[in-house]
Amino acid sequence: MTETLSRPIVPGAGPPHPVETSGLTKRYGDLVAVDSLDLTVRTGEVYGFLGPNGAGKTSTLRMLLGLVRPSAGAVRLFGRPPGAPGQLDRVGALIEGPACYPYLSGWDNLRVLARLTGTPPIRIRTVLEMVDLADRAGDRYASYSLGMKQRLGVAAALLKDPRLLILDEPTNGLDPAGMADMRALIRRLAAAGCTVLLSSHLLGEVQQICDRVGVVSRGRLVAESTVAELRGTAGVRVLAEPLDGAEERVRALLGPDRVRVVDGGLDLSVDPDRAAWLNTELVGAGVAVRELRPLERDLEQVFFELTGGGAGHVG
Amino acid sequence: MWASWQAEAIKMVRRPGTWLLLTVAVVLSLVFTYLAPYAAYADGSGGVLSDRALDALLPDRLVGNSIGGLPVFIGAIALILAVLTVGAEYAWGTWKTLLTQGPSRLAVYLGKLLVLAAATLVLVLTLFAVGALASLLIAVAESQPVHWPAVGDLALGIGSGWLISMVWAGFGVLLAVLLRGVALPIGLGLVWLLAVQNLLAAVAAPILDWVAELQKGLPGPNAGALAAAFGAGSDTPGVAAVVGGGQAAVVLAGYLLGFVLLAGAYLHRRDIL
Repeated sequence: MTETLSRPIVPGAGPPHPVETSGLTKRYGDLVAVDSLDLTVRTGEVYGFLGPNGAGKTSTLRMLLGLVRPSAGAVRLFGRPPGAPGQLDRVGALIEGPACYPYLSGWDNLRVLARLTGTPPIRIRTVLEMVDLADRAGDRYASYSLGMKQRLGVAAALLKDPRLLILDEPTNGLDPAGMADMRALIRRLAAAGCTVLLSSHLLGEVQQICDRVGVVSRGRLVAESTVAELRGTAGVRVLAEPLDGAEERVRALLGPDRVRVVDGGLDLSVDPDRAAWLNTELVGAGVAVRELRPLERDLEQVFFELTGGGAGHVG
Repeated sequence: MWASWQAEAIKMVRRPGTWLLLTVAVVLSLVFTYLAPYAAYADGSGGVLSDRALDALLPDRLVGNSIGGLPVFIGAIALILAVLTVGAEYAWGTWKTLLTQGPSRLAVYLGKLLVLAAATLVLVLTLFAVGALASLLIAVAESQPVHWPAVGDLALGIGSGWLISMVWAGFGVLLAVLLRGVALPIGLGLVWLLAVQNLLAAVAAPILDWVAELQKGLPGPNAGALAAAFGAGSDTPGVAAVVGGGQAAVVLAGYLLGFVLLAGAYLHRRDIL
């Protein structure tokens, strides 16, 4: 889980992390979009950055890339602050949807960006093939569907063969097959050693591909952990007859605060390793146990618990 | 910066609007500098002024004729081109696409200024080339002697035209950065260029001495004065010798520097949203 106090970024203390922020804060007038955010993304991991609309995700990503200046705090990408020479040399990003020149073809849009960075033109074909857009590369960007624009945006992010990829909602506008392709691409990049910082509303997507997750709410990081740790194991689900008898027995065994009647069954706050003991106790009390299984929370449930199910202030 | 210039050059050359603006500038210049006056001369409607009208269309008047439109209507074309070059990055949200590739804001900005400088030079050279062809055809058609301006005058004229067009382009860049878009900067820029300047010159300056004095420090009247110094006709909108050519060039250079420095400072400091 997250620390509550900002820690300084200490230069020279081991290899720099791809992403590191300390006390990162952004205010727009009286609104606090990002509030003392401490974030660390480690080399080679796929990091899911979650939060409701307006929680401060995009403001954070913009600060990482130097598009928005922090009101306070520090940002380092591979140990370098925004604006430092070469800070974004091996960083690719797609922020808040793709944005390209509508009168240029997909190919020419990438050619402009390749010229800007001195990227060899041969790389353009490579990235277009990676996002499955090579066949339509000669068409004007204005004629692209939303999904094709999204693919071109990802291709632009991949142009420099990045070691850090920052993707803000990369599957927006993609059909299910396109979403699966994008997930596979992210996995391939991660397997090749690319660190990925992925902001997404799609919790299932994050659950499938992220090694660690940070949850931001109202500008603050409210949780940071692996997906498995975050979901945790909430307890044990029991279906039994008679339910009253089962409830009376487990209340006596565990205490009243650890038992809830939900949908005709009992949700118990107890370590699933104690399921066999519970079964023995219930059967011994004359209760017929129909089902007894670990009660797992999905990421969506955790997300709503952490964020209060609502939006923060500014995105 | 060289890389940024190359990238900007691709965008400008491939943009249809660039060529449309160049075409409009050439057509405006041809029609109002050569075709309409020549038509008036040819059908005799110019009256006693006909001979003087013909003189004004011959090759030796090339410099003044070529830069006479820049203080107002062709200046407006330069302003629109600059707003499109800078403001469209806001309108399409492409600043983030450019800047997340790694170049500094300064490098991208300088690339845009360089490509605008190249584009305005092409614009001015095209006006001279088209003007040269038109005046040559008129001279041949009217059996008049062909005397071209001296090379030094041509070079100074081209430089002056370039300076005037860059001032309006710089004004457009500043408006685009301040207002972060395309429509409002073009609208306000044109209101200033086509309406406010004329109102000040034609309505306010004749009745208010301080406005007449103020005119000597504004970019439009100085652009008009510089064009006048090279022989642009005083009947051309915006052309009047309110100050000398040298002073006008210095004032315009100051405006150009001010516009691009102010715009650069704003671009550097403000968030890209």
